[in-house]
Amino acid sequence: MKLKQKLAISDSGFIFDPTTGESFSINQEGLTILQLLKEGKTEEEIKKIFLNEYDVDETVLDRSILDFISMLKNYNLIENGE
Amino acid sequence: MENNICIAVSGLNATDNPGPGVPVARALRESKSFGNARLIGLAYENLEPGIYMPGIVDKTYQVPYPSVGSENLIKRIEYIHEKENIKVLIPNFDAELHAFINNEKRLKDIGIATFLPTIQQYEERHKANLPEFGKKYNVLVPKSMNITSANDIAKISSAFNYPVLIKGKFYDAYVAFNDEQAIMHFNKISSKWGVPIIVQEFIRGTEVNVIALGDGKGNTYAAVPMRKLYITDKGKAWSGISIDDEKLLELTHHIINSTKWRGGMELELIKTNDNKYYLLEINPRIPAWVYFAVGVGQNIPETLVKLALNMPVEPFESYDIGTMFIRYSWDLIVPMEKFQILSTLGEIEND
Repeated sequence: MKLKQKLAISDSGFIFDPTTGESFSINQEGLTILQLLKEGKTEEEIKKIFLNEYDVDETVLDRSILDFISMLKNYNLIENGE
Repeated sequence: MENNICIAVSGLNATDNPGPGVPVARALRESKSFGNARLIGLAYENLEPGIYMPGIVDKTYQVPYPSVGSENLIKRIEYIHEKENIKVLIPNFDAELHAFINNEKRLKDIGIATFLPTIQQYEERHKANLPEFGKKYNVLVPKSMNITSANDIAKISSAFNYPVLIKGKFYDAYVAFNDEQAIMHFNKISSKWGVPIIVQEFIRGTEVNVIALGDGKGNTYAAVPMRKLYITDKGKAWSGISIDDEKLLELTHHIINSTKWRGGMELELIKTNDNKYYLLEINPRIPAWVYFAVGVGQNIPETLVKLALNMPVEPFESYDIGTMFIRYSWDLIVPMEKFQILSTLGEIEND
């Protein structure tokens, strides 16, 4: 999965899509996922990183990441065709 | 010589349904080439805010509405020209465009340059002619039908799926979800703007706009795409953001290139979720948000004046992406005397 190339991600969690003019605010965990996606990490790799860093149940984490990624797709923040 | 020339602009109605005259004048004031130009305002109404705003026009003349007859309007321009020696005229008011396009040569002969679309370009982009325009220039447009009577509303359900847009020939557009609403909107719009009324397929997506300038030979000299962030109840942009949309710019270049568009224009489009662009409208003049284009790096009025005067000028290649504009309202305190001078003499020098 590839984030839209031109997406601007600020450290404060403000996301700007210059192709549509849409902007979004996300929390720290969302920001971490976006930054990892931008680095080219897979969903599986992101999951492992979160399991190492947070005290979180794997099933709950799976669902949260899935929800977050469907939201990214819904807002057209993923490259077309992915 | 160019710094001291006289340029006339109309559309000083910086109201909630704004004309582009004030931002055009503001752009020229900030222009390196025309910053010292004498700017003449042409006002149809005594209360157009641009007449009284400081630092916008040097002098305003009242002009008669084109509906009174274009001859009266042109004669008034000739009178103003005798006093002011206008080099370039930038009409910014929809209803006057026809008169100025038709009198282009007459104005040119006395030394007034304009930079407007040809009458053919002006006519073929009319809302009522949009389907033919789409076919001729290979541009996606929503399916539409022109109707002249409320009885034709019955035809809508066989030709379209509701909702549909009911649009006036010049202004106004409402969404109708059934025949009853369509009839209501038909009556409202036709009583104001006459017929035909345009019934248009409702395309779901995001509205995007482009301000552009063509040189009349197929070249695009300026183009800035924008998405409206806040829209007034009159459908006007009160806030917007510049976007990075190459496909939209390509489409703009295609339209200007294939129509050989001359002058300023605004494209109104819908971008669907599957990245298709449907052209809803071409406004054949500079839009009221032109100062935003100046703010992101493309002084369109300055380039238009240069093209009108055959001065050397390079097309703009870029603009700042992700910049916003936010319009605001402001109460101007005006001494009664100014209003009185304009009302009685039909002209007023600004302080």
